[in-house]
Amino acid sequence: MTIHPIIKLVAQRIALGLLLLLAVSVLIFAATQILPGDVAQSILGQAATPETLANLREELGLNKPAVTRYFDWLFGLLQGDLGTALSNGQDIATSMGKRLGNTLFLAACAAAVAVPLAILLGLIAVRYRNRWPDKAISTVTLATISVPEFLVGYIVVYFLSVQFRLLPSLATVNDDMSLGERLFAISLPVLVLVLAVLGHMMRMTRAAILNVLESAYVETAELKGLSPFRVIARHALPNAIAPVVNVVMLNMAYLVVGVVVVEVVFVYPGMGQYLVDHVAKRDVPVVQACGLVFAAIYIGLNIAADVISILANPRLRHPK
Amino acid sequence: MNDDLSRLLADIDTARMNRRRFMGTAASAGVAAAMGGTILSASAAFAEEPKKGGTFRMGWGGGESTDTLDPALADSPVPFVVNRQWGDTIVNVTPDGQIEPRLAESLSSNADGTEWRFAIRQGVKFHDGSDMTVDDVVATFKRHSDENAKSGAFGIMQGIAEITAEGNEAVFRMATGNADLPYLLSDYHLVVQPKGGVDNPSAAIGTGTYKLVSAEPGVRYVFEKNPADWDTTRGHYDGVELTVINDGTARTSALQSGQVDIINRIDPKVAKLLGQVPGILVENVSGRGHYVFNMSANTAPFDNKDLRLALKYAINRQEMVDKILDGYGGVGNDIPINAAYPLFTAQPQREYDAAKAAEHYKASGHDGSPIVLTVADTAFPGAVDAAALFQQTAQAAGIPLEIARVPDDGYWSDVWNVNPFHASYWGGRPVQDQMWSTAYLSTADWNDTKYFNPDLDALILSARAETDTAKRTELYAQIAAIVHDDGGLICPMFNDFIDARSDKIAGFSVDPNYEAMGGWASAKTWFA
Repeated sequence: MTIHPIIKLVAQRIALGLLLLLAVSVLIFAATQILPGDVAQSILGQAATPETLANLREELGLNKPAVTRYFDWLFGLLQGDLGTALSNGQDIATSMGKRLGNTLFLAACAAAVAVPLAILLGLIAVRYRNRWPDKAISTVTLATISVPEFLVGYIVVYFLSVQFRLLPSLATVNDDMSLGERLFAISLPVLVLVLAVLGHMMRMTRAAILNVLESAYVETAELKGLSPFRVIARHALPNAIAPVVNVVMLNMAYLVVGVVVVEVVFVYPGMGQYLVDHVAKRDVPVVQACGLVFAAIYIGLNIAADVISILANPRLRHPK
Repeated sequence: MNDDLSRLLADIDTARMNRRRFMGTAASAGVAAAMGGTILSASAAFAEEPKKGGTFRMGWGGGESTDTLDPALADSPVPFVVNRQWGDTIVNVTPDGQIEPRLAESLSSNADGTEWRFAIRQGVKFHDGSDMTVDDVVATFKRHSDENAKSGAFGIMQGIAEITAEGNEAVFRMATGNADLPYLLSDYHLVVQPKGGVDNPSAAIGTGTYKLVSAEPGVRYVFEKNPADWDTTRGHYDGVELTVINDGTARTSALQSGQVDIINRIDPKVAKLLGQVPGILVENVSGRGHYVFNMSANTAPFDNKDLRLALKYAINRQEMVDKILDGYGGVGNDIPINAAYPLFTAQPQREYDAAKAAEHYKASGHDGSPIVLTVADTAFPGAVDAAALFQQTAQAAGIPLEIARVPDDGYWSDVWNVNPFHASYWGGRPVQDQMWSTAYLSTADWNDTKYFNPDLDALILSARAETDTAKRTELYAQIAAIVHDDGGLICPMFNDFIDARSDKIAGFSVDPNYEAMGGWASAKTWFA
């Protein structure tokens, strides 16, 4: 029985991804070892004396060699145990799971708005290329991508929350809130994130479709008398999908792992702030768990992008 | 205690209370102090009758996802104020520096201050319904005395030889007398927990105004009113909701957009502007917290008294208060004590004097190599700018000051208390003894100026045991003079606590002990 080449390819990519993850875990562990100070010192802070430090190190198992600690952790991970945070003794899987859920919720909402909007704007820009709609879209999206997110964040807070009191500046979500309340709470961060990623995806859509529009079959479609928008949406877009998907996936990865600034400005309880707090406390198990999750998301989205590109291309889908 | 009494009597006079009736009621100094607290709050409350209800929403900076609910480990603003919601200490320090009995009903000591007795209040219940007893109190103090509890109050507890329960009283015995023990026991870590919190230190079960409903460290804490609160004069809200907002701009916009009722830690640079916003009041109070530049007095070149003096004369303290604190603070005088402390004697104010600085610098015989000052933003807000100001005024005196700016990360483990010349801050302590003992005794772990002077040690220890107020004041003046002239401390300024709140909150008054009325804002205020 022959294995379908697509399945084989996906399996290969996933295996490679797992290897990458292992390498990432070693790198993260090594990096946390190089940082000055340790978790015992961070917990005690100003209150550290040689005796209390020694006691706490013993209690937290920090006296074992780094290699032993790494393999202890890896063994636990393979059994699905992420361990407990050294700094406050909370179960990492539980506390991180909540934060990860929040991050994915925000990223998904932002992506749900940004991706269709970016592609639609890209199509419109191509349809009216070099005319005023194209120029307006390009200018506005380039402007929003160029201004730092925190500044965009403060500007929308100033106008929409403080001056006109339309939307909340605090995006803190919690379990007691209904879906509607949550969506309302995160409206401003979603707006800022959409503005941050829109330009990139829109421009890639525009460039990729323009590239395809040079092809002979597009000319055929035009000569058949199809409307310009139909030519672009039905004939050009499917063949331009590979580069667009790659950029979309990169931006989605960014929405998950790169939004710590937006989290801080809008006080959103996501993964970014959680990771930063634990890095500052030298809480190695949490940093490793977060790093691993981020790496897994990044690698996963990239695999997805590759697979979709292949599926979208008949030549790659049906290799000779 | 004599001094406390006389101040109290002055309070009574202002409250126009019959002195004889007062003396008849007050059986001990402890009760007297308790009366002081009640009368003061009573006179404030005459103005307006508290209204009940509503949710008090706090937007608080200084919390992390790594925070715990164990009061022993509280070391930043959010855990501090969270513990204030659900817990009580046996005594408190009032805004004017008096001892106010809380879970203790009264207190007394023997003549030399080596034995203190705290009568524990009866009929108080924990949030889980169990009775708060003297055994819980003793177990609490014992837990904080245990090294393994890693308590921030461990240093305080070390000086106590024995803690026992005798009848209704918690008894503390010490080898050497300590006239300030009640002040030390008001420390915010020492929250009374069932069975001392030994089994579950993070349970957040206490005797406080509000019960914990949910806690997400670094994100949000929710509390509801404790219906069985033993102190019926406090707790006017139905609940408290605390959102952790570490970003200063996000905090102020949350207040401006009406999503929270009170915020802490206002940047002095925006405080004046924020105060002009309709509906918002900025509340600042001069506290005991101060910003410092520490010189290690045992390390070259700072082991030279002339060089230390040269640097002390080369800093412009007023300019720092104006530019770094925007006027929200007081001028320092190279001692860690200011008028906010009891028994304070002012030293002659040291001014910026380039000529004197140059003179001492010459006398020190320093070889002219750069003197390196290590700073990071985390040392105190505006530390890097303050160092730059210092560099300029020193340069005018011909002193080659060089700034080494380092990352925030690792500053408290690798620079503070290690590097021979660095910036730092102190939160201050309720009494002089605690401040001197924490950072200026030769044996102190946090002797961050590395100043070792047996004469100073002897003075600090004798002041601690001295029960005569006049003598004690004199001893503290001597201690201050030594550190002022010879020590390794350059203290340019005392910083204010600056909160901002909605004008819908009534009953608010500032407390020099800490921000948010010493952490009791939710217990003492109400919605107008």
